[in-house]
Amino acid sequence: MSELSVVVTDLCRKYDEVLALDQVNVSVKGGELFGFIGPDGAGKTSLFRILTTLLLPHSGAATIEGLDVVKNYKKIRNIIGYMPGRFSLYQDLSVEENLTFFASIFNTTSKQNYHLIKDIYKQIEPFKDRPAGKLSGGMKQKLALSCALIHKPKVLFLDEPTTGVDAVSRKEFWEMLKNLQSYGISIIVSTPYMDEAGLCDRVALIQKGKILEIDSPENIRLKYPYQLLAIRSDNMYDIVNDLNTNPKVISANRFGDQVHVSYNKTEVSPAEIKSFLEQKNHHIEHIGSIKANIEDCFMALMND
Amino acid sequence: MMATKDIIISVNELVKKFGQFVANDHLNFEVYKGEIFGFLGANGAGKTTAIKILCGLSAPTSGQIKVAGFDVYTETNKIKRNIGYMSQKFSMYEDLTVAENFRFYGGIYGLNKKQIQDKTKLLLSRLQLWEQRNKVISAIPLGWRQKLAFSVAIMHDPKVVFLDEPTGGVDPVTRRQFWEMIYETAHSGITVFVTTHYMDEAEYCDRVSIMVDGKISALDSPQKLKIAYHASSMDEVFLKLARN
Repeated sequence: MSELSVVVTDLCRKYDEVLALDQVNVSVKGGELFGFIGPDGAGKTSLFRILTTLLLPHSGAATIEGLDVVKNYKKIRNIIGYMPGRFSLYQDLSVEENLTFFASIFNTTSKQNYHLIKDIYKQIEPFKDRPAGKLSGGMKQKLALSCALIHKPKVLFLDEPTTGVDAVSRKEFWEMLKNLQSYGISIIVSTPYMDEAGLCDRVALIQKGKILEIDSPENIRLKYPYQLLAIRSDNMYDIVNDLNTNPKVISANRFGDQVHVSYNKTEVSPAEIKSFLEQKNHHIEHIGSIKANIEDCFMALMND
Repeated sequence: MMATKDIIISVNELVKKFGQFVANDHLNFEVYKGEIFGFLGANGAGKTTAIKILCGLSAPTSGQIKVAGFDVYTETNKIKRNIGYMSQKFSMYEDLTVAENFRFYGGIYGLNKKQIQDKTKLLLSRLQLWEQRNKVISAIPLGWRQKLAFSVAIMHDPKVVFLDEPTGGVDPVTRRQFWEMIYETAHSGITVFVTTHYMDEAEYCDRVSIMVDGKISALDSPQKLKIAYHASSMDEVFLKLARN
């Protein structure tokens, strides 16, 4: 078995004239929890569909556990699990019937690998006779994950499993993924929520078909090229606009009840920024240096 | 913020049942003119049910509810003419051009030809998209589509606009530009009623309500909620309430 679970080399995919994937190079280590982080239209789903052998690349190559996604697609399908972004189980089959069906097409039974799904499935087991189409969003998600795991895949692909899911349920879902990692499964997740990057071992930031950066979340934050101040005032709307008129400020973006101000220390000091704002009659409640978060990094990379 | 005390939405003892299941359990709240009102809650807490009632699409089981001065039982058509609605899922017709979408929605909202032309020009110029007016929506980048959809939802100057997860999946820069549009809209006097799963966006609202299991468990300004729940962010407030 290779140490690398997924290897993607110079991968390209077009739709008409739009380049959905533009020379993508990335590899995922065995047993890694790897995240593709980017907005809608970044190319996440195209990449997942190529890696799960459902879409052909136009150029470049990709392997899963050493198997080529074009030549060895049948073998790959036996060793991967895939949870697409759109709910794709049989709505008119019951919870239990869906699970049995997916187990049988992989020549296994729902009993054989039950230990893998036990923690997840037991939460929906009380509803095992209910048609899948009648489940709540959170329960559908747990059933889809159970079905994607029932054949004990080596690599699990989850395309935007937390999109449209509330903050609490998202945290619970990530806890489930962390548990699965202990079984040695490589887990590849995509998400538009930047705050989920910190839960992955490594992430690729992706935008308009291009990878902007690949590293551990911690290293990406360390590579942030500017200094950053967090400021809170009594008029957050005007403070952002005023900061953006200052040519020495690189960017000013709101984060919750604060504004993050990026600058080069060779150009301007925090004291100068503070007095600039005081001259504009802003009442500053808090000002302090901070480390960049993933969203700061993503925005800086977008503008490069 | 210019949140004055004119009441645009008043909800009194709203109950909605589906069989035995109580989706909305005695909701009480008011939303004011020009306010940005965040309507938060976990999946399945009952938000969508309440929004459908406020938009005149579903009748409540009981309670007194008025939207833009009209009754949700008897004046649903008047409500629909006085509100705007936009969601991440349903926005614009992809095979129509930008201008055709404006003409279509303008017509539905009862604007005349001249009004539609003027509004289309005004709103597209504001977005610097006037030059793109003859492009089909499918050729417009996703982030821009959300801004266009929002412009369409307010082209008839509604009293209140409902935004259902308007920024889901949008890149972080566009997401912030979208919130600037929300501010400007509220500042012009249109009430903005918004749902989101981004807890940082909850901080941008004048007031926030948080629904748990069909009830409103908390309603106040983000600042007061953080103090009341001893939390440093709205994310923490949400976690404390939704996980009890």
